[in-house]
Amino acid sequence: MKKIEAVIRHEKLNQVKAALEAIDISGMTVQEVRGRGEQKGLEFINRAGKYRVDLLPKMLVTIVVPDEKADAIVDALIQGARTGEIGDGKIFISQVERCIRIRTGEEGDEAL
Amino acid sequence: MAYDTGAIAWMITSTALVLMMTPAVGFFYGGMLKKNSMLSMLGQSLIIMGVVTIIWVVFGFSLAFGADTGGLIGNLDFFLMNGIGVFSEPPALLWFPATIPPLLYMLFQATFAIITVALIIGGIAERMKLAAITVFLAIWTALIYIPVAHWVWGGGWIFQMGALDFAGGTVVHITAGVTVLAATLVIGKRLSKTNGCTEEPAHNIPFVVLGGALLWIGWFGFNGGSALGANEIAVNAVVVTTISAAVAGVVWGLISYLHLGRTSVLGMITGAVVGLVAITPASGFVDTNGAMVIGTIAPMISYGAIQLRKRLGFDDALDVWACHGMGGTFGAIATGFLATSAVNPAVVSQGLLYGGGIDLLVKQLIAVGAVWAFVFVVVFVMMKVMVAVWPKWRISKEEERIGVDIVQHGENAYS
Repeated sequence: MKKIEAVIRHEKLNQVKAALEAIDISGMTVQEVRGRGEQKGLEFINRAGKYRVDLLPKMLVTIVVPDEKADAIVDALIQGARTGEIGDGKIFISQVERCIRIRTGEEGDEAL
Repeated sequence: MAYDTGAIAWMITSTALVLMMTPAVGFFYGGMLKKNSMLSMLGQSLIIMGVVTIIWVVFGFSLAFGADTGGLIGNLDFFLMNGIGVFSEPPALLWFPATIPPLLYMLFQATFAIITVALIIGGIAERMKLAAITVFLAIWTALIYIPVAHWVWGGGWIFQMGALDFAGGTVVHITAGVTVLAATLVIGKRLSKTNGCTEEPAHNIPFVVLGGALLWIGWFGFNGGSALGANEIAVNAVVVTTISAAVAGVVWGLISYLHLGRTSVLGMITGAVVGLVAITPASGFVDTNGAMVIGTIAPMISYGAIQLRKRLGFDDALDVWACHGMGGTFGAIATGFLATSAVNPAVVSQGLLYGGGIDLLVKQLIAVGAVWAFVFVVVFVMMKVMVAVWPKWRISKEEERIGVDIVQHGENAYS
């Protein structure tokens, strides 16, 4: 099982959801987060000089799926979230050890 | 000069109530936007309270309420409050009340100019630079509010024609609503409204209800104070105002239930405000039955106008056109049907449904049509000019994503 975490732009959530639904992925957890990348946020100039907004608002989408679905999901996330400009976000994929459905006690891929 | 103490007491109270409506609009609007825009609405409310007060005291009041020049504009007799005092006699002009000092009349009217300008900010929210908003609204006060206030209340051509607008259906609500329509057609959409992007829902409906409730209370001064005295007409105005708001809030809730299956709280408070808007021009001229009719129909019109706006796709962020523009238009026209001299002897020709024929209705339609056309054309041209000569009027896409609060004010509403 893989856990896929994608940091995306706020306004791209709908398009990401649509892209995932198109490949039959419905489950996800979404959080509002703040963060920054290589650019350390964004720098703006106003009349008093430069100022920096160092933590930018983003959405964090978390999905856990069987191994074989992970690549298709990555493609869907990129398709939904990409604008081509700096700040489109990142995708992190990690191994999940166990998954248990609370209602039934099922484990593994059946519990996803 | 001995003025009427009862009238003074009520008019100071009314002035304070109307002034309260502007920060109330800040909460009402701010709660409907995303959380990173909350402060922008409160901040702009405060800026407007300052800038419009200055304009009003220096020349605005004089041009709106000074002696008439050709039906179109006042004069500069009252420049810098010349002749407008606490002890001075009221100027010998028909529209000045005899029971309160002209200085108090000036401040009461100032609060109307302030709230009208503040109504606009919700429609054009989340895309213009603060400097551009401020300059636009200051020029707007001079080019739109002052002439229209003069036409309707300060002895201008609509006043002379005899169209009725008790507390500002044309002057306040049509001007603000049509301004947002014309302006948003020129300035375009926000990022969150462009193709396929995720919409930002109202972030704090409790603030919307708080602001809306304060507006309702403030409207006692807005409509009740427009009687310009502590008298029977003021009593009628506050009564019909509350009836219309109460009915309209429930009707909106019902429409929302029938259309969407659930009764929106945001919808009910919006409905109440639409009821207040629509009764505004009529509040000194209609009875309690008229108020129930207005409170029932107004939310249907504004609800329909919101559906139309969604279809047409212009980005009036908080539906100022649908609620204020269309609500005010309906109220002004409804006055032509429902006005009755039984509540106000100033009604010389009764409304159509009270046996007065179409005389008043025609005047109302002319007033509404003229104000619509004037405001739409002037604002459309103003915005076209702004976009052409001020390339940096708009905030960048990155700034839009971060939110106007931090970008324009350097502060967050919530840490």
